[in-house]
Amino acid sequence: MTKKQGEGTKENYQGAESIKPKYVLRLYVAGTSRKSLRAMQNLNKLLKEELEGQYELEIIDIYQQPIFAKNGQIVAAPTLIKELPLPLRKMVGDLSDTNKVLAGLDLSGRE
Amino acid sequence: MTMLTKSPTGIKGFDEITGGGLPHGRSTLICGSAGCGKTVFGMEFLVRGALQYDEPGVFMSFEENEEDLIKNFSSLGFNLPTLIEQKNIAVDHVFIDRSEIEETGEYDLEGLFIRLGMAIDQVGARRVVLDTIESLFSGFTNEGILRSELLRLFRWLKDKVVTAVVTAEQGRETFTRHGLEEYVADCVILLDHRIQEQIPTRRLRIVKYRGSTHGADEYPFLIQANGFSLLPITSLVLDHPASSDRVPTGIDRLDTMLGGKGYYRGSSILLSGTAGCGKTSVAAHFVDSACKRGERSFFIAFEESPKQIIRNMKSIGINLEKWVKRGLLKFHPVRPTLCGLEAHLAAIHRAIEDFKPNVLAIDPISNLVAVANIVDVKGMLLRLIDFLKTNEITTLFTDLTQGGMSIEQTELGISSLMDTWICLLSLESSGERNRALFIAKSRGMQHSNQIREFMLTDKGVQLVDVYLGPNNVLTGSARTTKEAQDKAEALDRRQELERKRSEMERSRKMFHAEMAMLQARFESEQENLQKAIDKEEALEAVLKRDRNDLGTMRKADRLIVPKSEGKDEKGDFE
Repeated sequence: MTKKQGEGTKENYQGAESIKPKYVLRLYVAGTSRKSLRAMQNLNKLLKEELEGQYELEIIDIYQQPIFAKNGQIVAAPTLIKELPLPLRKMVGDLSDTNKVLAGLDLSGRE
Repeated sequence: MTMLTKSPTGIKGFDEITGGGLPHGRSTLICGSAGCGKTVFGMEFLVRGALQYDEPGVFMSFEENEEDLIKNFSSLGFNLPTLIEQKNIAVDHVFIDRSEIEETGEYDLEGLFIRLGMAIDQVGARRVVLDTIESLFSGFTNEGILRSELLRLFRWLKDKVVTAVVTAEQGRETFTRHGLEEYVADCVILLDHRIQEQIPTRRLRIVKYRGSTHGADEYPFLIQANGFSLLPITSLVLDHPASSDRVPTGIDRLDTMLGGKGYYRGSSILLSGTAGCGKTSVAAHFVDSACKRGERSFFIAFEESPKQIIRNMKSIGINLEKWVKRGLLKFHPVRPTLCGLEAHLAAIHRAIEDFKPNVLAIDPISNLVAVANIVDVKGMLLRLIDFLKTNEITTLFTDLTQGGMSIEQTELGISSLMDTWICLLSLESSGERNRALFIAKSRGMQHSNQIREFMLTDKGVQLVDVYLGPNNVLTGSARTTKEAQDKAEALDRRQELERKRSEMERSRKMFHAEMAMLQARFESEQENLQKAIDKEEALEAVLKRDRNDLGTMRKADRLIVPKSEGKDEKGDFE
């Protein structure tokens, strides 16, 4: 189910190499649309706050690599997929509803 | 303005009722309940498009995955793996799991567009199937977004000039559960799967077809080993050819009754009658005579097995076996209850297309009532007749009239569909049953109005004049008796005549004889009278001489005898 790192475009690769990442996330965006940019901003902000150093993020532009849309079963854009830890979750939309995103990342209980 | 162009589906019958197929470059909505054949229609549209019309296609499945599709369609004879490999068809399975999805803000369906766009580019698709796009509604909750995105999708498809088929589940009061007909408004087709009297029938109806005429009926269809097949009334108009060619019936006197030449080529003939009145035999004659002319004949037997028919027909001197061996005659034995009407019709269509017969016999059509109601059977026959006429196949249908019914009443009420209607009946009188035949109608030809006795002999069917008495029609031994009686009477009459003639001769002879006798008598009387006259004259002469002699002797003066004196004296003699 999980894909190797090298597969996506790692435009925005954050996280310390030394620490074993706990979260494997993929964000599928459709070019630089308003929704896509907002999703990236929202995600970066949230990750910085909640999962600093514990994640591996791949951002994939499905305009440039449509095959990933097919392989990742992407219908809506933008879509954030939590590949690990299981269970797999798909969060569609610009990630502006922080509570829902946190719930999707199983982080809603934390503070 | 240019006319609406159409993309042929290649689906049997469908292109006929739509006048060429689906609207080209537009989207068509196929709706119906679960299991009604939406996916099959869509897939066949693509496969036939790729194979027959050189139009590759994309199948976007929201329900079945690629593997399942391949498996399911291999049973319909579609080799999807090869088509996919040859880049004739691209399949994309869109999997949406509600439980995995969380909506966290504004989104669009760009992912779907990109995938579809990629698949279209991959094969150069001209056709697209979205099956069933409504699944999106179960995956996403924001209907506002979905609706605007669907609207965008259909516009986008139109811009790409692909002919699209979109399937959707039928809603309770709307054509589709989510009102897709609002977006896909060019062509809407409704599929239906109904069970009536335990026999399921699939039906198709074109609800809407913008910019085109179309058949408005519900058309029964089948999903069979070779895919979707729709058996419409082949054309929307009555325009099949009408040949003035004649086809002999195989029975000489029946030909005579039908204007001397037999049936019209391509006409449909109904042969109705009660049980055991010789319907199959007339059919066998027809088929046999066609084979003798080297024409191909097809015999659909709903009642008897071919072997049984061959055996039975041998008993009246018709050898059908040799035609079967020579490949001129083909039997199509099938139990009416084996399948539904549509399956029968499809099987007959296929068989006819394979065998290409000139004449066809169906024995008997009344058995079809076992599988469907009369209205449906009538509808099916109408479509069959239409198909046969279009192909100029002369067809003889036999129909069993139930006992107690009027002879001129077919169980199916189909006589109006027929060009020629021959009634066979049995006449019961003086302890025996005899067969008779008459022509109830025969369109477009002079035909006999006479009832003929119909006899099955070892040389086949013979038609004999019946005895037409002043009060009744006599057949069988009654006819023979009557004929013998007639013969006797005729003999009597001849004898009487003879007698009269000889009597006349006799009387003439008698007359002549009497005439001769009278003549003889007359002649003898004449003779006698003449003799008497002669005698008297002689006597007179003698007397006169004697008187003169006496005068001379008396020395009288010169004897002058005044005539008057003399007269006085011998008065009586002059």
